[in-house]
Amino acid sequence: MTESVAPHFKQPLLKTPFHERARALSQVDSFIPWAGYTTVDVFTTMEQEYFAIRNATTLYDLTPMVKYRVAGPDALPYLNRLVTRDVAKLKPDRVAYCVWCNDAGHLIDDGTIFRLRAGEYRICTAERQIDWLLDSAIGFDVEIDEVTEQIAALAVQGPTSCAVLKALGLQGIEKLKPFEIGYFAFGPQRLTVSRTGFTGDLGYELWMEPQAAETVWDGLMTAGRSRGIRAIGSQALNVARIEAGFLLPNVDFVSAEHTIRTGRDRSPLELGLGWLVDFNKGHFTGRRALRNEMIQGPRRQLVGLDIAGNKPAHNALLYTDDGGKREIGSVTSAIWSPTCKRNIALAIVDAPYFQLGSTVWADIYLNRELMWERRMSRAQVVERPFFTPERRRATPPAEF
Amino acid sequence: MATASPQARYDCVIIGAGHNGLVCAATLARGGRSVLVLEAAAQVGGAAVTREFAPGFRVSAGAHLLHLMPADLLRELKLESHGLEWAAQGMATTVLVPGGARLSLGAEEAGRGLSPEDAEAYSVYTARMRRFAAALVPMFSRVPPRLGTSAWADRIALLRLGWQVRKLGRRDMRELLRIGGMNVYDLLEENFDSAALKGALGLDAVLGANFGPRSPGTVLTLLYRLAGEFAAGASGPSQPRGGLGAFCDALAKAAAAAGATIRTGAPVASIRVEADRAAGVVLESGENIDAPCVISNADPKTTFLRLLGPRYLDTGFVRRVNHIRARGLAAKLHLALNRVPVFSGVSEAGVRGRLLLAASLQHIEHAYNHAKYGEFSAAPVMEITVPTANDPTLAPVGQHVLSAIVQYAPYALKEGWQSGRQRCLDAALDGLERYAPGLRASIVAAELLTPADMEAQFGMAGGHWHHGDLAFDQFLMVRPVPGAAQYRTPLDGLFLCGAGCHPGGGVMGIAGRNAAQEVLKVSQNSA
Repeated sequence: MTESVAPHFKQPLLKTPFHERARALSQVDSFIPWAGYTTVDVFTTMEQEYFAIRNATTLYDLTPMVKYRVAGPDALPYLNRLVTRDVAKLKPDRVAYCVWCNDAGHLIDDGTIFRLRAGEYRICTAERQIDWLLDSAIGFDVEIDEVTEQIAALAVQGPTSCAVLKALGLQGIEKLKPFEIGYFAFGPQRLTVSRTGFTGDLGYELWMEPQAAETVWDGLMTAGRSRGIRAIGSQALNVARIEAGFLLPNVDFVSAEHTIRTGRDRSPLELGLGWLVDFNKGHFTGRRALRNEMIQGPRRQLVGLDIAGNKPAHNALLYTDDGGKREIGSVTSAIWSPTCKRNIALAIVDAPYFQLGSTVWADIYLNRELMWERRMSRAQVVERPFFTPERRRATPPAEF
Repeated sequence: MATASPQARYDCVIIGAGHNGLVCAATLARGGRSVLVLEAAAQVGGAAVTREFAPGFRVSAGAHLLHLMPADLLRELKLESHGLEWAAQGMATTVLVPGGARLSLGAEEAGRGLSPEDAEAYSVYTARMRRFAAALVPMFSRVPPRLGTSAWADRIALLRLGWQVRKLGRRDMRELLRIGGMNVYDLLEENFDSAALKGALGLDAVLGANFGPRSPGTVLTLLYRLAGEFAAGASGPSQPRGGLGAFCDALAKAAAAAGATIRTGAPVASIRVEADRAAGVVLESGENIDAPCVISNADPKTTFLRLLGPRYLDTGFVRRVNHIRARGLAAKLHLALNRVPVFSGVSEAGVRGRLLLAASLQHIEHAYNHAKYGEFSAAPVMEITVPTANDPTLAPVGQHVLSAIVQYAPYALKEGWQSGRQRCLDAALDGLERYAPGLRASIVAAELLTPADMEAQFGMAGGHWHHGDLAFDQFLMVRPVPGAAQYRTPLDGLFLCGAGCHPGGGVMGIAGRNAAQEVLKVSQNSA
């Protein structure tokens, strides 16, 4: 246990290496806990921060992302038994989005796997998983260590982000392809950069030693001044990730390790993540259950909804008709999308109503100066993501 | 066992020729399947073997009595026509009492040596426990129901179990439910005064288990043992002529007569998987044997974690298998003696029976305390037989063999068995000497098999006699673990048939027969 952890009982939330910088920029003192750290919810206003994601460059402190180092001779077979995707296809210096399931084929969590060097991998995930990861290691010659505290992480996202990183001095950053990992020198520091993110936009994630954190932050702020750089909190990111159609644990699904009630677990097929499940790669945890589910067809599915009107359908129940007789699901995430100018949501919908193009009705509750009103709004099942700009994949990205 | 001419392909391959594997083989062969049994050791029987442990002296190396094998199964397999002979049947139990008094619990002399009050209480207790045990009997020969399914077969099986208990009548059902979760220490204290009687009855509840009499759930383990004996329907503890090995030889002959092929000296290295189902086995010699159905007589940990390997299984299932409590606590003591052992106050007839060395419940509990902390008992408790008293063929003329189950001797001895073995042996011999003065002087040779030895010699993970504790959380539909409690496993084509399955350990054979019936059912459905 490190020194910083020792007085933990006095201060239940840890500070990230970027905390002092964030504290200085925070205008509304809005901090929230995330995975044992205090992090910023909003710096100034959510809208200002959101538009920086879509129009300039943003910094988001993702140090609390839980990181595990996976190494050893069996690292690859271990990961392939853990996750549903074929990790053998992951090339060196590449990242893959993955999910892992319990025996029943229900999602425990999602995350990214980084293939760092031959035989060494890193798992990044929202919640702590050491128990599951270690139990999955029974019978495998593999080392698993949590390295969350040893790596500071910063998301640099937005259309001008490549230009900002170039200005910071990361030579050749423009050549980095989506899901690729690059290694760069920044003064005496070494930066690991992956072209990944949670915004669905052009963007990068920077991984560094905690000691380098403030220097890198300051460097980015300087390099990005003319390119509209801005620190953002979780609220703005949440709007961007819904537009990008990304799932948030405990919002769009609850880990199967945490659910208590039956029927609350979700399989990757139900969450629309069937493309991550590779039945041809050999055995993985949950495979037999998922095969059966595949044959029987999912009973429900997470879909994108385009809802009439402009009132976000927060927590709305969904019905087959505007009379609200037959309930067929509920909304998990909802926003008015500022970029798409659409009223969008992610929702769990029962079979067969989750088919693309089908119509469902959302029962929206509106609080109008303490008077609650109900609106039954027509909604259509539409493609996800809602917003996926060309620049997200363009290599090299446009100059700014 | 002769090596049969190699055949390319069998319907079923059975890993291990323990008694359950052999019963399974015989049942499958009788059901028309081509069966190959692969045994790692040079002889069949697994832990039920007769071995020479000193020149001229032979002994049943593992279990030394047969008291759980159902009579109908013996008849079904016609074991007596395959060479099974009895050296003794319906063996009486004599409790060794300090000072040489005598307490018999055998069929004829039951209760001799007890006060009138205890004698009365004993007969009431025995009758009641027999009624309770009888209620549990029907579930032994059935595949346990699965929990949480909507299948009618599972629901009916659960209802049937409830009905068996309800059928006892209000008074008995209440009593069964009252004592079902108790520990055997409290139950016996409620009923009896005699320390020796309580010690003897308490020992039956914990024999071969990771429990002391005060451990929770030991009334249930006792009832379970009684139900097993009741299900056997035979005349109590028996000793086959030639030891348990001869019994397994008869089983092997029955299996062979039914058409099964048995290969000894053929250790299996791994179970082969193709297209997510068992496809056969690979021997340590590298030889491949194809079979669409692989049945493992090995314990669940060995089967899943070593022979199959976690990479073909889900994490949650592996976690459950890894957590099966299967650390052996029973050692086996074998003594070659130059004369018949004389126990103070025990008649010659007594020596032909089963002798229990457990002076009191406190004695057992204290012996168990050591084991909890990784030590062997300073004053161990024992179940003793003198096999040569019934079967002189096991030793040179006029000489004798003593065989004892010695508790407690933990699998993972803190000081290690290298240095602990001799000290543990000495503790056992000191204990015996107290009841049989002069025994030490008559010892020609001594052998102590620790749980670590059992693991090494018989391939049982943890050296556990029952392939896992028989305890409330490892009974019935959760034995060995949910997901493998119906003899099927998560991998299609792989089955379990050993003591790790319902109804569990002891030389019983029901697991082997139940498994065979399940295999026959599954292969009929898919045919």
